[in-house]
Amino acid sequence: MKILVCLSKVPDTTTKISFTDNNTKFNAQGVTWILNPTDEWYALVRALEIVEQQGGSVTVIHVGNAEGDQLIRKALAIGANDAVRIDVEPQDAFQAAANIAQYAAQQSYDLIMTGKETINYNGAIVGGIIAEILELPYVSLASSLDVNGSTATMKCEIEGGEETVEASLPLVVSANKGMAEQRIPNMRGIMTARTKPLSVIPAFANTQTQVEVVKFEAPPTRGNVHLVDPDNMDELVRLLHDEAKVI
Amino acid sequence: MESTSNNIHRVAKQDPYQYHDYYNIDDLLSDEHKIIREAARDWVKREVSPIIEDCAQKCIFPKQIIKGLGEIGAFGPTIPVEYGGGGLDYISYGILMQELERCDSGIRSTASVQGSLVMFPIYEFGSEAQRKKYLPKLATGEMMGCFGLTEPNHGSNPAGMTSHIKDKGDYYLLNGAKMWISNAPFADIAVVWAKDEAGDIRGMVLERGMEGFSTPEMHGKWSLRASATGELIFQDVKVPKENVFPDIKGLKGPLSCLSSARFGIAWGVIGAALDCYDSALRYSQERIQFDKPIGAFQLTQKKLAEMITEITKAQLLAWRLGVLKNEKRATPAQISMAKRNNVEMAINIAREARQIHGGMGITGEYPIMRHMMNLESVITYEGTHDIHLLITGMDVTGFNAFK
Repeated sequence: MKILVCLSKVPDTTTKISFTDNNTKFNAQGVTWILNPTDEWYALVRALEIVEQQGGSVTVIHVGNAEGDQLIRKALAIGANDAVRIDVEPQDAFQAAANIAQYAAQQSYDLIMTGKETINYNGAIVGGIIAEILELPYVSLASSLDVNGSTATMKCEIEGGEETVEASLPLVVSANKGMAEQRIPNMRGIMTARTKPLSVIPAFANTQTQVEVVKFEAPPTRGNVHLVDPDNMDELVRLLHDEAKVI
Repeated sequence: MESTSNNIHRVAKQDPYQYHDYYNIDDLLSDEHKIIREAARDWVKREVSPIIEDCAQKCIFPKQIIKGLGEIGAFGPTIPVEYGGGGLDYISYGILMQELERCDSGIRSTASVQGSLVMFPIYEFGSEAQRKKYLPKLATGEMMGCFGLTEPNHGSNPAGMTSHIKDKGDYYLLNGAKMWISNAPFADIAVVWAKDEAGDIRGMVLERGMEGFSTPEMHGKWSLRASATGELIFQDVKVPKENVFPDIKGLKGPLSCLSSARFGIAWGVIGAALDCYDSALRYSQERIQFDKPIGAFQLTQKKLAEMITEITKAQLLAWRLGVLKNEKRATPAQISMAKRNNVEMAINIAREARQIHGGMGITGEYPIMRHMMNLESVITYEGTHDIHLLITGMDVTGFNAFK
């Protein structure tokens, strides 16, 4: 079983978001990067569990600059066997996915896994684009994944219930909450990660971004909160009528 | 609340702590340092933060975390890999101590004792047989240790100790008592320092179960309540000769252990200070008085601004000391300066943070009072605040003002 797990780097959840270049670029100055949580907690850990049960190897892949190396090392410390970094900072999901797909096309992975979405732009489309380029089946938002021979079984949350789907390998899967539990790297893993291979390769041809950012805008600042006493309904009605003008 | 084993309550509330690095000191750390820190922090938030307040309130050491402490590398990270250690540098050690003390000084104390006061002397002074017998099990936490130097009547003056051994041919006969010993009540082994018949201080490893060796727990502490403290009592304990460290004689042995532990404290207490600052900063943004957050008032800002300034200075001091220690150039006096400065910094920040939290600061809803009480021990153990000042005094003047 050969599994490729795609890792994205995202700003730490406490980052104060700002923009530069006339609001067309995210201001990465001083940002602490973390592994995208659903990539790390669900896709990577489930991949490791499958390989631990059935044998094989887990390769992690990241499209981005050298700032991602620390995050890749963490993934190796958690247990991945080796890593690839494609040395270009992607501007959109296509650029990341097209590079990963071209790399994967040279190998022969049974499974390609991503988290369900990244917590920066919440695009949730890298997995789909990879599957499309490689002409593989794609199952998104899987909250469980079991592999038996050349068949994978997945459960996916759907409106009001759960869907169980089967697909043949090779396959692209995006991992949702429930697929696995976060693993904290232990000291032995961190030490072993030092010697695991991390190869850095240049970007592939025909993978340029297809999107131009026109403008970023921060959400409007939250207005003041009026607290109204539950006994004072007249005041609530007055505020809704006179000030909010919604009734 | 949900219950865990041994009657400790686990709270569902997430630990909201965020690290603060005002001077981008992270740029001075390696990727591996940051991975170690993040792993330790994640583990602490998941396993220790939910139970620490209840442990401290009930005065229980949470034994269930020992295995996890071993896994994150908190026990003897600088000990070479072949003996079960992490083979890491001293900055990694400092980082681990900081993440533990960020949660509680008592938890850090348990790890400090195991790593610096038990594993370090066994590695540094022990025979090959002693190293192989104890170190791998100590590294995983399968075996826990404690360190006996301080005596009821000899704290700052360990050279005056009265515990002693007599050569009986096949074994040494040990008599005496040690006090204020972290981990003593549950430790499997004790590294004990006692005088031989020539008056030289010798080190030895005692094992629980040796006849005449007991470890009564000390009760009634208002500080380090989540860490177990006890006495070591030796009544005609027959210590096999192979349990004595072969070559080290004199105070140099125990003092070199203390240098290592003090280094860990210099890093560790920054964690306690950061936790107090982080909590105070968040509280100052949420707590509204006179129609605005209290963080908008000048007097609160003065406290917070001074706190982060002092934390930043302490971080730089600790980092520089770590580099010197890695290069084997850190002097005991330099370590004393950092221990003294950083503990005082942390205790002052705990007190200021307590003020910012108002009445809430005295409750177990916030970590402040627990840190403040813990730090009252930390400022005294491993060399008191005054003794460290005299070490610096002696170092710069050449005059010994101890006696």
